[in-house]
Amino acid sequence: MRISGKAGLAVTGAAIGIISVALVALGNPANMGFCIACFIRDIAGAMHLHTAPIVEYVRPEIIGIVFGSFAISVIKGDFNPRAGSSPVLRFIIGFIVMVGALVFLGCPLRMVLRLGGGDLNALVGLAGFAAGIAAGCFFLSRGFSLGRASKESPLEGVAFPAINVALFIAFLAVPSLFLFSESGPGSMHAPVAASLLAGLIVGIAAERTRLCMAGGIRDMILIRDFTLITGFVAIFAFALIGNLITGRFSLGFAEQPVAHSAHIWNFLGMFAVGLGSAMLGGCPLRQLIMAGEGSGDSAMAVLGMLVGAACAHNFSLAASANVGPGINGKVALVIGIVLLVAIAAIVTERNRRSE
Amino acid sequence: MKEIDCRGLGCPEPVIRTKKGLKESPDGVDVIVDDRAARENVPRYAEATGYKAEVKQEGEAWRIEIRR
Repeated sequence: MRISGKAGLAVTGAAIGIISVALVALGNPANMGFCIACFIRDIAGAMHLHTAPIVEYVRPEIIGIVFGSFAISVIKGDFNPRAGSSPVLRFIIGFIVMVGALVFLGCPLRMVLRLGGGDLNALVGLAGFAAGIAAGCFFLSRGFSLGRASKESPLEGVAFPAINVALFIAFLAVPSLFLFSESGPGSMHAPVAASLLAGLIVGIAAERTRLCMAGGIRDMILIRDFTLITGFVAIFAFALIGNLITGRFSLGFAEQPVAHSAHIWNFLGMFAVGLGSAMLGGCPLRQLIMAGEGSGDSAMAVLGMLVGAACAHNFSLAASANVGPGINGKVALVIGIVLLVAIAAIVTERNRRSE
Repeated sequence: MKEIDCRGLGCPEPVIRTKKGLKESPDGVDVIVDDRAARENVPRYAEATGYKAEVKQEGEAWRIEIRR
């Protein structure tokens, strides 16, 4: 089946919205059927990379997304091992994107799911996200580019998906290797099989349709194209319907699950995610998908997010639910945004001169 | 016809370069891409702006001929 264009994106978005609500019903934290940032953070905790006891779990959704993307890209001929487009800069940008997401408490996908649950703080986040993407478009239209990737060996392309499979096997075979939360969001999860299946479905569908939370807004700004935004809108609509049906919809700013109302920091957190995603060529979900398709550059961005998540908790950068970020998080986020703008400006200027 | 080499570039750069290319050469351009997403996005952009786009396989890349 060839799914592409707006219809495919609408179906994919609808499926993600419904699956996300189902995962919450099966045990995932509220408005967190999927959260790429939170789940990578939980994996970092499970792997002893940080020691925040409430956010440790090997999330099969992430593994499923990467493997689903890998498998379908091999089957459909999309698998394309490549790397070499500023890998270290991508690592750093991925790191900063994760810090921004953990100040807001969610990746762009969870932001949409939070909106579908009635969390108005996510609306502030969306404003910041759109502003960040607009800033990214400013640089992109003036020649920002992280450079060309070149072809790599199949082994290089398979390496990252293989690491995910190895992690999953270790998780099933020797769970004592990992840390698992006994309370908090990390302790809340759907059954392993359901989480893995959900990840696989989303990985396959997102690979086929090129679904991207940042790409939708970016294409609207840059080329007045409304194709990718279709998926974004469909996720929101179906998460909203699902939450209304299952009685999980609660409109307002206060008392929202795993969220806070420090508006300026919600805005700035997602601004960093928007700008960073525009620079990386896709949101955190899209980075996982492209890493599955064999992109070593996207794998570096994902590893940057993993290390960023570990640092976010080791150095108290992540916001606390209902409270917001502490001083460390605020300072780190401002430095992160300054760094992103500096990288974008330096690269853009250098490209402009070499033209 | 003006040729824009977008091999090795990921989204959204091929589309942005196509947009710039068409501004400079309004009669049309040839865009070479080797990224599947770009192979779909560049013709979509061209068609949305009133051009015709034809995609031809060239080894491991595609040549997208954009014409009025």
